This record gives sequence, structure tokens and C-alpha cells, in this order.
Amino acid sequence: MDKLLNEDVTKQVKEYLNPMQDHVTMVLFTQEDPCNTCQETRQLLSEVAALSEKITYVEKDLKKDAALAEEYGVTMTPSFVMLDKNDAYQGVKFNGIPAGHEINSFLSALMDMSGIDFGLASTIGSRLDNLEKPVNIKVFVTLSCPHCPGAVSNAHRLAMSHPHIESEMIEAQTFGELSQKYNVSGVPKIVINDTHELVGNQPIQEYLKTIEAL
Amino acid sequence: MFDFAVESQSEQSIFDSQKHFDFAVIGGGPAGMNAALYAVRKGLSVAVFSLEIGGQLHNTSEVDNYIGIEHTTGGKLSEAFHHHVLELGVPIKTGHLVSRLEKKDDFHITLDNGETYTAQTVLYATGGAPRKLGVPGEAEFANKGVSYCTTCDAPFFKNEHVIVAGGGNSAAESVVDLAAWASKITVVHRSQWRADQIILDQFKSIDGLEINLETQILEILGDTKMRGVRVLDKPSGEERIIEADGMFVEIGNIPKSELLNGLVDLNERGEVIVTPNQETSLEGLYAAGDVTTQPYKQIIISASEGAVAALAATQYLMHHKK
Ligand SMILES: Cc1cc2nc3c(=O)[nH]c(=O)nc-3n(C[C@H](O)[C@H](O)[C@H](O)COP(=O)(O)OP(=O)(O)OC[C@H]3O[C@@H](n4cnc5c(N)ncnc54)[C@H](O)[C@@H]3O)c2cc1C
Repeated sequence: MDKLLNEDVTKQVKEYLNPMQDHVTMVLFTQEDPCNTCQETRQLLSEVAALSEKITYVEKDLKKDAALAEEYGVTMTPSFVMLDKNDAYQGVKFNGIPAGHEINSFLSALMDMSGIDFGLASTIGSRLDNLEKPVNIKVFVTLSCPHCPGAVSNAHRLAMSHPHIESEMIEAQTFGELSQKYNVSGVPKIVINDTHELVGNQPIQEYLKTIEAL
Repeated sequence: MFDFAVESQSEQSIFDSQKHFDFAVIGGGPAGMNAALYAVRKGLSVAVFSLEIGGQLHNTSEVDNYIGIEHTTGGKLSEAFHHHVLELGVPIKTGHLVSRLEKKDDFHITLDNGETYTAQTVLYATGGAPRKLGVPGEAEFANKGVSYCTTCDAPFFKNEHVIVAGGGNSAAESVVDLAAWASKITVVHRSQWRADQIILDQFKSIDGLEINLETQILEILGDTKMRGVRVLDKPSGEERIIEADGMFVEIGNIPKSELLNGLVDLNERGEVIVTPNQETSLEGLYAAGDVTTQPYKQIIISASEGAVAALAATQYLMHHKK
């Protein structure tokens, strides 16, 4: 089978992941056909996992491993979550293949999850200390959208910064029906707790303001 | 098949220890990145502060007018600029907006997270934001059919009818990009084409393209999403409705000069007035690229203005370095 990542990209990804600190596990949920892009997502994750000894990749079946899927709130395929060195779920999820520009939010989530400081602590300060209700951040993207990975990384970093926040990238074309349900016709579109919307690659401040206003 | 556009990463930790620079660049588009390149090669301590790197290059799919590079994409050119500047060790702070710029003894640059940095000279290269039509319905249907980024949002209009508003290069390129997705494209422009002939020549191979020049958009119509526009046919004075599923607005930019209000001289359009050496009316503060009065908003022109600003700042620092 042809590789998804060509020689140049393979080299770039390897260099990118070189500073990873702790171990990260990627758990991918697929199902038997028909599953649009399951095969490609599987291939991408295994090719990337092969480029760093700090990454483990496991595949699960949405139906057969229903209990696990439920634990991570996975309801669609392909969908994967990242677990930290203690195999704990930090609320970081990708629905659909992070290809095109979205490879950047994927790689940055691996780095962040491995314990590299993403420098958000001073920005967040004490602003989330009183957050008690669960926060779900959906970021709709297209693979040709250069502003999207920034929006996804912001959301994922917030998830990693607080136990009540979870964040998911949603590739709008793979999940067309869901995108229609949320009226997505421009990306990145950020939907917080299904009620609040932000459009565009917003600075982290805007996420914080919206979360505070929930 | 999928492609993968990996972008370089900037090391952020240097900003924990270094808070003062000879030359600080606000804005990481072509102007800012080329300025950083020139300044660091002159031996200045340099930092770049930008929400994201590449600026409007990210809204451009094809770039065919950067000399020496016969064909590339905005994304690839952006990555090449970024990589080149990072290789020279320039610290680049991304993910944050600069929210305030003040001149005390030095310039004080405050980010939206409250962090403050100082610099003896500053280049302001924040480019532009998409200009809006300013008609009723535009805010209501923004991202409900009305889009300002063709490369981002074209996939949502597969086999649909879209309008492209505008008549310059970016509108013409938008038409070419949309041809791969939309089943029908209608151009609406209030005057005549201003786009390069070489781009217009590509229209010949596009099916289902309709062009309405001398036609002004009066209102955007819709319900839960955009359904069409009401236009004025200027020669006949008649109004009519064009039904469509979406619209890409490509009518140029407005300069992002808001941080300079009251600090330096701007023209009536809000563009920063600069000397041939890119100096603003405030000593030590330079401006370059689309945010200035320079009328031709192009990548190579913005980049070269950035270079001029860096060299002028180097000259200034030789005489005024503290
Ligand atoms: C659709 C489209 C197609 C185009 N095609 C071409 C083409 O084919 N060839 C060509 O030569 N030109 C083209 N252009 C024009 C070209 O992209 C611009 O002239 C050029 O990008 C301007 O560069 P700049 O550095 O001045 O600003 P920008 O590219 O606008 O970059 C400004 C940067 O500053 C950052 N910024 C802004 N405000 C702040 C703030 N307060 N704090 C922190 N960061 C901030 C932004 O995030 C951005 O990264 C095109 C433009 C568009 C929109």
C-alpha cells in the first residue's frame, strides 16, 4: 500500500515530534464498512505512531468496544482520542482525519499531551478556577482551511488545562449531516456547549470569555 | 488522496527570559517576516508578535507572481517564509493579538493576555482584514452562506450556486478556486474588472459562469441561511433578485491600523502614512505592507517594504542605540 505521508512530510513530522517528553496513546474508533475515511485515518495514525517511540496507537471498534467508546464520549467513526502518560483521557478528541492543514493541530496535540509546556497557564490564570459545569467545545474544520488548526489547538489546550473541559475537532465534510445540523458553512466554527458560537481563529481570550459567560 | 501541510513551530520559551528587543515586529505576514529576516541578519535582537504566521497568504490558493517561484500556493510560501526566519533564530510569539502599543521611553507592546514587551524600534505590519459590503443582511448571514475565505469554505458549496462579489484579482481567483466545487458561479461587481488578464483568461474553461458587471449588491436575503441577493443593474436602473446558496465577498481589505489611532498620522482610509523609508510620523515606529498608504497590495511589495523598514531601523539604531 502506498504511504500517506511522503518522504518529505515524514521527515518533517519526525523532526516535529522529536522533542516529545512523555508517552502518548492514541485510541482510534472505527467500524466496519461503510466508514468514510476510516481506512485513511487508521493509516495516518499508524504512520505517525511509527515515527516516535513515545506514541502508541491502538484501534477499537465502536460497537464491539462500546463501553470504552462511551467512556470517551465517542459516537462517530473515525474518531480518536489522545491519552496522557497515565492513560488518562484529557478531553482531546478528533472526529475525522486530521489531514491537509489539520495535520498541524494533530501534531501540536501530540506535543502538548506529551507534557511540553504550551504556555497557557499565565493566560488562564485563575479564570477557570470556579468552573464547575462541563464544557464541550466543538471546532468544525475543513482540511483546506489554514486558520482552522489554530482554533483546534486553542480548544484542545483548554481541555488539557481543565478537567471539566473537553474539545473535539470535527471534519465538516466527513460529518456533513452534523455540520448541517450546526449550520456550518464557514470554518473554523467553534460551538461551545451547543449554545455559544465563535467564528474564525479567535485568540484564547475569546474562548475564555465565552466559557465564563456560560 | 490527502496532502499534509506541516507548519514550522516557534520555540516560545525564550519569551520567558527576554522581554526587551532592538526591533519588534507586529504582524507575521510577508512584510513582518521579511523585516525580521533583514533585521536579524543585521545583528539586531528581533522578535515577531503575530496572531498567526502568514497573514493573507493563507487566504490565497495560487501564487504565480512572486519572481523566481513560478508556481506555488499561499500556504507553501507562508511556510517557506516562516521556516527561513526560524532558522535564523528569531523568536516568534503566536496565538496572541497585540492589544496595545504605547511609546514611553521605549515602545511598550501589550498582548491580549496582559504580557508586556519593550522595544526601541517597532515595525507595524498588521496588514488588512476583508472589507465588508456594508449592506443589510451581511452580518446576519455571515457564515450562514456569506464567506470571506474561499480556500476555507469552498467545500461547503459543492454542486451549489454561489455568487462572487468583487472585480479585482482576489475575486477572479475566488472564481477559479470555486469552479472545482460549485455548479454555478455568478460574479457581481459594481464596476469593471480590475483583475489581471492572465487570471481572467482562465474563465474560458469554467462552465456555468455568469458575469454581471456594473451591478451593485443592495441587500442579502435569506431565512435561516442566505438565499440570494437583491441587486441594482446600474445602466438600466432596474433592481432584481439573484437566488444563490452562498456568496464569497472579495472586495479588498481595510487596514488594521486601530492600534495606531492617535499615535501616528493615518490617511482618510485609515492607512498608515509612511515615508519612502517606511517611517511613520512617530520616531522609531515603522509601518510596512498592506496597512500603509502604498496602493499596490501585493506579497512581494509588502515583503520589500518590510526589508526597507528593517534597514531603516538598523540605521536609526546605529545613531540612537542605548
Ligand atoms: C484572496 C487573496 C488573494 C491574494 N493573492 C495574491 C497573489 O496571488 N499575489 C500577491 O502578490 N498578493 C496576493 N494577495 C495580497 C497579499 O496577500 C497581501 O498583499 C499581503 O499578504 C500583505 O502582507 P502584510 O504582511 O502586509 O499583511 P498580512 O498578510 O495581512 O499579515 C498581517 C499579519 O498580522 C497579524 N496581525 C494583525 N493584527 C494583529 C494584532 N493586533 N496582533 C497580532 N498580530 C496581528 C495577522 O494575524 C497576520 O498574520 C492576495 C490577497 C487575498 C486576500
